[in-house]
Amino acid sequence: MRRVLALLFILALLASALPSMTQDMVELRIRWYNDGNEGEVLRDLLDRFEADNPDISVEIDTVPYSAILENLPLDLAAGEGPDMARVTDLGGLAQYYLDMTPYLSDPAYWEENFGPFLNWKRLGDDDSSIPGFMTQLTITGPFINRTLFEQAGVDVPSDMSDSVSWEEWAAASVAVAEALEIPYPMAMDRSGHRFAGPAISMGAMYFDDMGHPTVMDEGFRNMAELFVNWHLDGTMHPEMWPLSEGYAGANEEFANAELVFYMSGSWQVGQFSEQIGDAFDWQTVPNPCGPGGCTGMPGGAALVGIGATEHPEEVTRVMEYLASQEVLGEFAARTLFIPAHAGLSAAGVDFDTDLQLAKDSLGVFVGQVGTLEQTAFDLQAYAYNRNVFNATRDRLTQAMVGELTLDEAIARIQDDVDTALAEVSG
Amino acid sequence: MTASKGSAVRPNPTVRLLGLLESLTRPILLLLVTAVDRILTPIQRRVGIDRMGYFFVLPNLIIFGIFVLFPMLLNFYYAMTGGTKLFPADRPFVGLGNFETLFDCEDFLSPNSCQEDLFWRGVFNTIQYVILQVSGIVLFSLATALVLNRRIRARGFFRSVFFYPVLLSPVVVALIWKWVLQYEGVLNAIVEIFGGESKRWLLDTNWAMFWVVFVSVWALMGFYTLILLAGLQSIPPELYEASSIDGANTWQDFRFVTLPLLMPTMFVVLVLSLIRAVQMFDHIFVLTGGGPGTRTQLMVQYIYTTGFSNQIQLFGLSAAASMVLGVSLLILTLLQLRLGNQSSLS
Repeated sequence: MRRVLALLFILALLASALPSMTQDMVELRIRWYNDGNEGEVLRDLLDRFEADNPDISVEIDTVPYSAILENLPLDLAAGEGPDMARVTDLGGLAQYYLDMTPYLSDPAYWEENFGPFLNWKRLGDDDSSIPGFMTQLTITGPFINRTLFEQAGVDVPSDMSDSVSWEEWAAASVAVAEALEIPYPMAMDRSGHRFAGPAISMGAMYFDDMGHPTVMDEGFRNMAELFVNWHLDGTMHPEMWPLSEGYAGANEEFANAELVFYMSGSWQVGQFSEQIGDAFDWQTVPNPCGPGGCTGMPGGAALVGIGATEHPEEVTRVMEYLASQEVLGEFAARTLFIPAHAGLSAAGVDFDTDLQLAKDSLGVFVGQVGTLEQTAFDLQAYAYNRNVFNATRDRLTQAMVGELTLDEAIARIQDDVDTALAEVSG
Repeated sequence: MTASKGSAVRPNPTVRLLGLLESLTRPILLLLVTAVDRILTPIQRRVGIDRMGYFFVLPNLIIFGIFVLFPMLLNFYYAMTGGTKLFPADRPFVGLGNFETLFDCEDFLSPNSCQEDLFWRGVFNTIQYVILQVSGIVLFSLATALVLNRRIRARGFFRSVFFYPVLLSPVVVALIWKWVLQYEGVLNAIVEIFGGESKRWLLDTNWAMFWVVFVSVWALMGFYTLILLAGLQSIPPELYEASSIDGANTWQDFRFVTLPLLMPTMFVVLVLSLIRAVQMFDHIFVLTGGGPGTRTQLMVQYIYTTGFSNQIQLFGLSAAASMVLGVSLLILTLLQLRLGNQSSLS
């Protein structure tokens, strides 16, 4: 009996001491979304961090991508956001970021390695804040199903020329689809960002002389016309743009070999490696060309600290760990993401896959970085680019189903952009 | 029977359990009654017994005020403000500017001539959807209730079958029908069996509205059928016996007995289904995303998109549009109530 009482006493003592032990632990929360396995990899990396830093615990709140786009801005505006978040609206949310500079042990490391991409996360005249780092650099570009080309006996256009136009790709994809009775010759993610690369290749300027966003030029119209007509004649997946709200992708169609040519981006490589593997030969081809170049769009996701956090020092410690060359290198290798880190780009990343198709695709995307037009970088750096992208997506969709003529649609895009920007400045 | 056999028989376990519960809860209930009495008696002495009613509805009024009235007033204020800031204090007052933007049209019948063309597309789509959906709901629910009220075989089973879709989440309903209606879906397979040609049902601007109405009627009619069934069962059978003695046929039974007595219940169904139809969002958002283009985009989706899904969130315009929707709904409901009162008086 005495022993039992003594044991209970010790347990009670331990229980009373527990709150004081946990009081010293800081719990941080990350709002996160997944394209592939990056959530698992991050958890694994953070487990190691927590083992070495028992005073910090990091919880990952995984949410759908749409919640990052729609709910996070409201939470941040209300001052109720997380401590860190993975975001893609880099400039649009910049007003809520934490400038980690005062807490960083080596700000020069960040400038040196993330320098070109820090501007994407800065607002206005700000040219010095360090709010976070890119978890990945993305490049938009097309995937093709090479096996289908071979089965149809159609030459892959990029095998014969370094500069293949959009029209040539469309003709070849239709030829493959017709020969094999494949339902969809081409598809493009339902996103104004995805459309922007082809539009710039066709000569779209996206900004006027005053730096104001504009779509009222011949290059934009030419690509829009091609794109709308391809939806009408069945070259493009007929349902994806007209029958969706917000973003939509054609991953399933491509993975099921129902699609010949898929305009998407580098973040798909990890997914395709898992979904398709080597079931058929899929590959990335260079961005098609036009009078404005052969460009895709840069982009990516960033992990940023949130200014409203009560623990800026702890947030910075977590960020320093995750952004270190060794950890970020492992993250990139295991997720098959292209790192936006100068040191890693120079050293190269040994991607953690045995699949040659995946390695080749990543190689093509990395090679595309040098072909991106300056307009593409400027548009990506523009804080309200999603305003332009969403209006493009929604109004071109209306043109596809005949609610607007192409010229009306373009005028409406411009009007939507101007109206929203007037509200911002008003 | 058991009680008559005397004390040798033990009471059944349920009765014993209830007895035990009663003996356990009685002191607690007494304590509660005493406590409530101590609180309420002084209040009643102060405000008087006539005003105690207000006191009893106060908790509900407070909840209504916090969760309904206050947001409504806040929405009204937002509708009068512009800019993109979230907090009311940071937003510039623009008066009726947002309403002027919404109603800036050269020709109200042509959405393309309006500054906010998407709002007007939403208005016309909503009107069309409400007329079709509410008519569909009332007609099919009535027909189903009439059938299920008859003595048919497996009546209980059929009642469950018709009610089952109501239990499903709107997202599940929409996904099921999306799979049925897709190009390689079940419907096209059936069409092909009968020699027809596959069709992209949801991509066709004429068919898209039909299908969103069809799916929502399918999903919701079970609930209204249940209400009408209850109404039908409350009609005294003596009236049918009397009409049968008078030589009335089935149609005359329906026309002169069922319909007049079911009218108050039908009126409830009409009001409820109308409110639900005007607020419709979930089924359509998943099924068509408002497409093709904006063919099935209703006012609620416009409000959501303008206020929340765009990068630059126009809360003021969105709030103004929601007020237009709310006022329209209020007018419709008042109109219906008036008509309902008139019909019940007559």
